[in-house]
Amino acid sequence: SFVHRGRPEPLDLHLGMFLPTLLTQATPEQQDRFFMPAWNLEIIGTYAQTEMGHGTHLRGLETTATYDPATQEFILNSPTVTSIKWWPGGLGKTSNHAIVLAQLYTQGQCKGLHAFIVPLRQLGTHEPLPGITVGDIGPKFGYDEMDNGYLKMDNFRIPRENMLMKYAQVEPDGTYVKPLSDKLTYGTMVFIRSLIVGDSARSLSRACTIAIRYSAVRHQSELKPGEPEPQILDYQTQQYKLFPLLATAYAFHFVGAYIKHTYHRISGDIHKGDLSELPELHALTAGLKAFTSWTASAGIEECRMACGGHGYSRCSGIPDIYVTFTPSCTYEGENTVMMLQTARFIVKSYTQVSSGQQVTGMVSYLNDLSRQRIQPQHVAARSVAVRINDPLSLVEAYKARASRLVEAAAKNLQAELNHRKSKEDAWNRTSVDLVRASEAHCHYVIVKLFAAKLAEISNAAVRAVLTELCLLYALYGISKNTGDFLQVGVFLQHFKSLEPRVKELLAIIRPNAVALVDSFDFHDVHLGSVLGRYDGNVYENMFEWAKKSPLNKTEVHESFHKHLKSMQSKL
Amino acid sequence: SVNPDLASERQTASFSVEKLTAWLDGGAEHTQLRRAVVEAIERDPVFSRENQYFQSQNERYEEAVKKAVHLQKKMHEMGWTENGPEFKYIYRALSGDIAFLLHRIFIRSISVLGSDKQIAKWIPLATRYQLIGSYAQTELGHGTYLQGLKTTAVFDITTQEFILNTPNISAIKWWPGDMGRSATHTVVFAQLYIHGKCYGVHPFIVQIRSLQDHSLCPGIAAGDIGPKMNFQHTDNGYLLLQNVRVPRENMLSKFCEVQPDGTYVRQGSQKINYFTMTTVRISLISDEVVIPLMKACTIAIRYSVVRRQSKLKPGEQEAKILDYQTQQEKLLPQLAAAYAFHFINNYLQELFNRGYREIQRKNFNMLPELHAFSSGFKAMVTQYGTSAVEICLRACGGHGYSLLSGLPSLYTKILASCIYEGENTILLLQTARFLIKCFTAASTGQPVPPSVTYLAAVTPGKCPAKTKLDFLSPDIYTEAYQHMAARLISSTAAKLHDLIQSGVKKHDAWNQCTVQLVQAAKAHCHYITVKNFAETVEKLETQAGIQKIMKHLCDLFALHGIFSNAGVFLHDGYISGAQMDMVTASYLDLLAVIRKDAVPLVDAFDFTDKTLNSALGSYDGQVYQRLYEWAQKSPTNKQTNPAYKKYLKPLLHNTLSKL
Repeated sequence: SFVHRGRPEPLDLHLGMFLPTLLTQATPEQQDRFFMPAWNLEIIGTYAQTEMGHGTHLRGLETTATYDPATQEFILNSPTVTSIKWWPGGLGKTSNHAIVLAQLYTQGQCKGLHAFIVPLRQLGTHEPLPGITVGDIGPKFGYDEMDNGYLKMDNFRIPRENMLMKYAQVEPDGTYVKPLSDKLTYGTMVFIRSLIVGDSARSLSRACTIAIRYSAVRHQSELKPGEPEPQILDYQTQQYKLFPLLATAYAFHFVGAYIKHTYHRISGDIHKGDLSELPELHALTAGLKAFTSWTASAGIEECRMACGGHGYSRCSGIPDIYVTFTPSCTYEGENTVMMLQTARFIVKSYTQVSSGQQVTGMVSYLNDLSRQRIQPQHVAARSVAVRINDPLSLVEAYKARASRLVEAAAKNLQAELNHRKSKEDAWNRTSVDLVRASEAHCHYVIVKLFAAKLAEISNAAVRAVLTELCLLYALYGISKNTGDFLQVGVFLQHFKSLEPRVKELLAIIRPNAVALVDSFDFHDVHLGSVLGRYDGNVYENMFEWAKKSPLNKTEVHESFHKHLKSMQSKL
Repeated sequence: SVNPDLASERQTASFSVEKLTAWLDGGAEHTQLRRAVVEAIERDPVFSRENQYFQSQNERYEEAVKKAVHLQKKMHEMGWTENGPEFKYIYRALSGDIAFLLHRIFIRSISVLGSDKQIAKWIPLATRYQLIGSYAQTELGHGTYLQGLKTTAVFDITTQEFILNTPNISAIKWWPGDMGRSATHTVVFAQLYIHGKCYGVHPFIVQIRSLQDHSLCPGIAAGDIGPKMNFQHTDNGYLLLQNVRVPRENMLSKFCEVQPDGTYVRQGSQKINYFTMTTVRISLISDEVVIPLMKACTIAIRYSVVRRQSKLKPGEQEAKILDYQTQQEKLLPQLAAAYAFHFINNYLQELFNRGYREIQRKNFNMLPELHAFSSGFKAMVTQYGTSAVEICLRACGGHGYSLLSGLPSLYTKILASCIYEGENTILLLQTARFLIKCFTAASTGQPVPPSVTYLAAVTPGKCPAKTKLDFLSPDIYTEAYQHMAARLISSTAAKLHDLIQSGVKKHDAWNQCTVQLVQAAKAHCHYITVKNFAETVEKLETQAGIQKIMKHLCDLFALHGIFSNAGVFLHDGYISGAQMDMVTASYLDLLAVIRKDAVPLVDAFDFTDKTLNSALGSYDGQVYQRLYEWAQKSPTNKQTNPAYKKYLKPLLHNTLSKL
């Protein structure tokens, strides 16, 4: 949330979407009318885009806004059940206004999606306005704090001036004026998705902090007969679960910082009218959003599992981190769809290279493929010599894997097209390959950014430990995807040394594990976990926490009087 | 009326859904019985789960108690008994949403661990619910490693009593179900001390609440442990004991007894006791994994033909999301896994029935194998099932995240199965220990159990497949799995051997190999699952239509495993890079084939709408209508908004007056 990091709140959409959208899409006149009241919370707004039947595929939204020149109003309608707005945060009970995305109809023609400011509730009584049906969508996996809502509109009229008209406009007579460029909307998407990458890093870091601290406190079983029970963090299987995730959290942290930085740099260019770098950034952010949110979501679960039974209790804090984080795999663009957007860009770049053009940026490794174009047909194994203790050399291995998978996907796509399949069928029949190629590309980018970061660290001890993490991240990734790497011919000679090296790194990182999570510097209050407390006093505080359970309010629960007693006496 | 998008899927089924259902149930007569039980339960309003998504922890708990009490009446009324054929269907009909499950464990533990005298005293009381039991083993500080438990029971000769104590905070009993609020008695596991000597962990029956007014007994502190990811209906509890005295006769003494003079006597074989643990692990596979996974597949697949999104071809209607290859690749392998685990469950049941007969004849030879099987499959199936349900949840996009989809609860419940009845990593290591032992035995020519004879014949070899169609031959892929499992086990055994030869202590060497040992144990279970699936399909030859689709699912399950674990198959060159491309091609082709029967395949699981309790997964596919109607039930929509009165109104009005 904007007020409390990592915790959703009903006003999030007001602050995070409603106000920024006013700033970027409202005309100066509209800003006068809406912005200050909204800033002063006279107007509490939300952003109503997703409908019951449509999410990521925006063009499919069904809500309509039909212009009526006679009264100079838009008539808003939810024509079907599927068109009911569904999910917007703060819509159910909190907001009295919403920015509603609807298909604009004027002069009998559909002009596509546009944004409208729609009042929902009466100022003063907070009752829904006539023509507006609004409410809460019911309980969810997480986000209990948030009144995600629904909105149904029946011939609800708003003045013409309530359409956000900084770019597109509808004139009083109904004439439609087109916006200058539609690429600009990319900017906001890139921004929000880059926030998710940072959130992936933070959420995974929190889960790692809890699991690693707890694993240092928990003693269990015996490693050596007769000796005291060891800390569970001393078990190889436990290290193998947690340290690669710790390395991942660091990797994502650097990726998040990179995207944010790049976004701000490119925003400057955009203001100057240079949009040339935007498509790549857009594609890269989509893929990294998907890659990091998928990995972090699974990683948080692994951290929870690594805490055994107590991880399952809400007092561990990990269940809440998980349920709050995991919807980011869906919102702001469903992950599989995101991966396919990245794939579209990569395949396009591949095609450019194939036709003799050079490409730039993160996909520039594809240029090398043209030099190897001599082998036709099969994507041949090319032996890549790799030094497993050199991060930069490992970057090359990831690069080789990405090239192979991109090339394989592109060739499969071409083969489908040659079977006289339509473009769309061919794309669909190749989409599993395309997602794999995107994942490999994103993985490469992450290893590359992590490795590059090491050179910037001036403190030798810090650099040493982060180098170990970087090696672990890269080598673990290879060991989890050995199939891909073996098929490129990477490591043909080194394969036997790979697994032992990963396990050596686990032992090397072990003494620094707690220090590495302490460095994330989460305050106990923010961590919200009994297991992850900085002072490690886990068991006594679990007991204190449990005493607050609602079932413990009375010594004898009322269900005893209602049900149990009668059963016992009857029998 | 059925949503036409769902109705059309049912018209093209390549087999008879009813016949498949009957086959899954083990015969049409079982299907009939199951439906009758489910109907009787669902018709009874007390068992309704209609409002459960909107209820608080307190309300869920109370409902569960109410249902458990009502169930006694119902069973009596219907003439159902605990040992009758109907019983297993009751749990399915209730979706486990009921109290006193630990009460049953309490009864079972007394039956297994108690002397005849103890059984005669306690079992009638418990079956008549004159007391409510629980089973207190796990402590705050110790779970799977039982020897580490810290609770003590000291024998006092003068009064012929045991004095039970919780010596420190980590020894508080923690997690037992039914104990937080309901139980009057519990079996407590504690370290037995006689004359200052510790004899290890033993079970004691301890009364914790008054039978009159339910207040806590002297020396007892007990309560609920607070909210969890699921099981809101269960009062998982804590228990502290301070100088709680129980008579000597309360130590369960089938195997060990403390005589009045303090002499400790061990009697009989405890091996049968292990057998109980292994049967619990096997029995949870069906109830806690296979059924939830089938439900998740049903919900996700039905929703995926109702949900239309984006266009596959310009100008056409938006496509059903199940027509996207990426969606098929998420869901269809999970559907295949649901079938694979259903069959492996049948296989294990059979194996255990055989084992049970042997054990009754005092032949304990099968025990190590059964123990290894129950540990390994419990771990493999729960882990696989958990991630499969999560994939189903994610595949439903935003609506999957709503509790009304039913998927979040299925997920949070199934994932607990990875921990209870033995933490999965530890269980896999137990299986690995067995496999390493068998491998060593096999390589020196000693006899090994039939399920692991393959370990005797580890050869380098190469996969003989020449085209992608060859990978649709069960012989080819079963062989590949066998080779891979044998290789992982033999190479880990070799590494272990080398480490010990080089002077590393045995336990250190073991710890250094645990990551590989876990991998090897999983590979073994995966191989057996594939092999069993293929054999099941082969036996189906009399039912052509069903055999054909089952063969596709078997192929898909096997190839999905190779596709997702390519590295272990490529590692020693058994499968070449070119062959791996063939695997991928065959695997992707299968998706399109099975796609056509996807809905009939989940219909065959035969879940009623009430059992599914999902706005997305109901039989008629009226997804959006139902989501909208169910949302109206949300308590927040019924009451006036307290946040508005308390916070928003003052906020809005103050600002209004300021402006």
